[in-house]
Amino acid sequence: MTTTMTTDATATRVAVRAASVTKTFDTRGGIVTALQDVSLDVAAGEFVSLIGPSGCGKSTLLRLIADLETPTSGELSIFGKTAERARLDQDYGIAFQQAGLLPWRTIAGNIELPLELHGVPKAERRARATELLELVGLGDLAGRFPDQLSGGQQQRVAIARALAERPSLLLMDEPFGALDEMTREYMQTELLRICAETQAAVVFVTHSIPEAVFLSDRVVVMSPRPGRIAEVLPMRLGATSGRADDLREDPRFFEMVTAVRESLHGGAPSGRGEDR
Amino acid sequence: MTTDGLAPALRRRRSPGVWLRRSLLGVGGVLLVALLWEGYKLLGPEEGVLVGDARVLPRTTDLAMPHVWEMLARLASGTTRAPSADPLWFTVGEAALVTFGIAAAGWLVGVAVGMALALVMLRWRLAQASLLPWVVLSQTVPLIAFAPLVRSWGARLELGAFEWQDWMSVALIASYLAFFPVAVGALRGLESPDTLHAELFRSYGVGWWRTVLRLRLPASVPYLLPALRLAAANAVVGAVVAEVSTGLQGGIGRLLVQFAGQASGDPAKAWGPIFGAVVLGLVAAGSVALLGGTLRNYRRGEVSA
Repeated sequence: MTTTMTTDATATRVAVRAASVTKTFDTRGGIVTALQDVSLDVAAGEFVSLIGPSGCGKSTLLRLIADLETPTSGELSIFGKTAERARLDQDYGIAFQQAGLLPWRTIAGNIELPLELHGVPKAERRARATELLELVGLGDLAGRFPDQLSGGQQQRVAIARALAERPSLLLMDEPFGALDEMTREYMQTELLRICAETQAAVVFVTHSIPEAVFLSDRVVVMSPRPGRIAEVLPMRLGATSGRADDLREDPRFFEMVTAVRESLHGGAPSGRGEDR
Repeated sequence: MTTDGLAPALRRRRSPGVWLRRSLLGVGGVLLVALLWEGYKLLGPEEGVLVGDARVLPRTTDLAMPHVWEMLARLASGTTRAPSADPLWFTVGEAALVTFGIAAAGWLVGVAVGMALALVMLRWRLAQASLLPWVVLSQTVPLIAFAPLVRSWGARLELGAFEWQDWMSVALIASYLAFFPVAVGALRGLESPDTLHAELFRSYGVGWWRTVLRLRLPASVPYLLPALRLAAANAVVGAVVAEVSTGLQGGIGRLLVQFAGQASGDPAKAWGPIFGAVVLGLVAAGSVALLGGTLRNYRRGEVSA
């Protein structure tokens, strides 16, 4: 079988390393274990999807990587640094289910926001925003405001914003969850093209099996209560940069969809654990 | 794929036709009030309408209800009978300017205090829990009733070369009425950004102050503008009433009392400062509306989420 991971020099670097990460929340109903003993490596340039039923901790894992939460125990490193250091160094860009654009800023202004906050000179910001708008195919909308865009267009702006500081890691929490199926498939193809250009590693949270299969080098199947990794499935579908819409009708694609589905449904509640 | 939904953008632009219709409606509203006034004066009983011993509608005599045109004509003639006297509208206008200045000073102080309180309450949850009840409670204290007291406290103030002026007591009372809507509105506005936005700024690694400046403050504009307008109206009311109760000379409050005393001989004259106070309130609220016009982009959130 052909190797699915990128074979260039970056493959030797590790983007994300989680070692026995556990996260518990103190709630009124007692202590809830959102993640238990999760270990996972994401290589630089690799596309990894986290999939599982709600409550499996996939969003929590993403938020830990983003340093929006801190692990209760275990080790987490991003490019060899602590999650906090990586956040302050802008090593990652993040996109959520909602685009979360600032309504009072133009499209270009929204993309420039992180650059502006970090003191990038105006001319440089402008140039970067123009470049990114071309990349996400919205070059002619730079001066518009978010309320003048459709949901799909807003989400593309949010992705452009996440890419503004050329991060080597993209964190995406169901970014296409609110889009219709047609737009969604289009955005998936676009995302793979953008990733091929930027060479960024991606951690992608999703509910959709076909989405995870189509986008990923590896799919991490998670199970709930407590949240843990049930299985990590390599997608044997060729390099992500070479995937196009016709893959969606390929028997190998269906085979992978079936594999993920069986893992999701057949996963025993315990025992299968952290087999990577 | 994605449809280019640009319709909301077009709907947002206000055409000149809308403005024309709005001004016509405004003028029509004023005319309607004048018509009701004259209609009641013409048809109503001389002694007014009484329920038992209580008069629920005023007498319709020229003394109690001068004709609209008499009141307007009175504005054009002299304030006193002396040949050198300024026309009434000029005297009223001058007094209104004085009151406007005092109310503006009170408004500025009130806005500054209100914003500062909102920021403190935003920063420390404990401050919010302990301050907010006091802010609300403060408005139940009728400071206007204590206006003469405030004035005498001020008179006893000695800070080097600084001397407390009587108008400052009036401005202080105006600011006391103005700060409340600002504090409450600003706090709501500053807390309005989604968790999503707050987390985005956290991911950018920017601190509390810059998050306030670049995210929370712009997001608070739709909440802040009505609060500022309310504060402006409150400041005017506070200034006029405080002028009356401290007996400050030169403002419209003083004129109201003075001319009301002359109403038995010159009933139309008493209405001059009343019109002046109405115009003053409109100008104050309108100034804030102008401010809102320059901040239009920050109000986009009002239309779509």
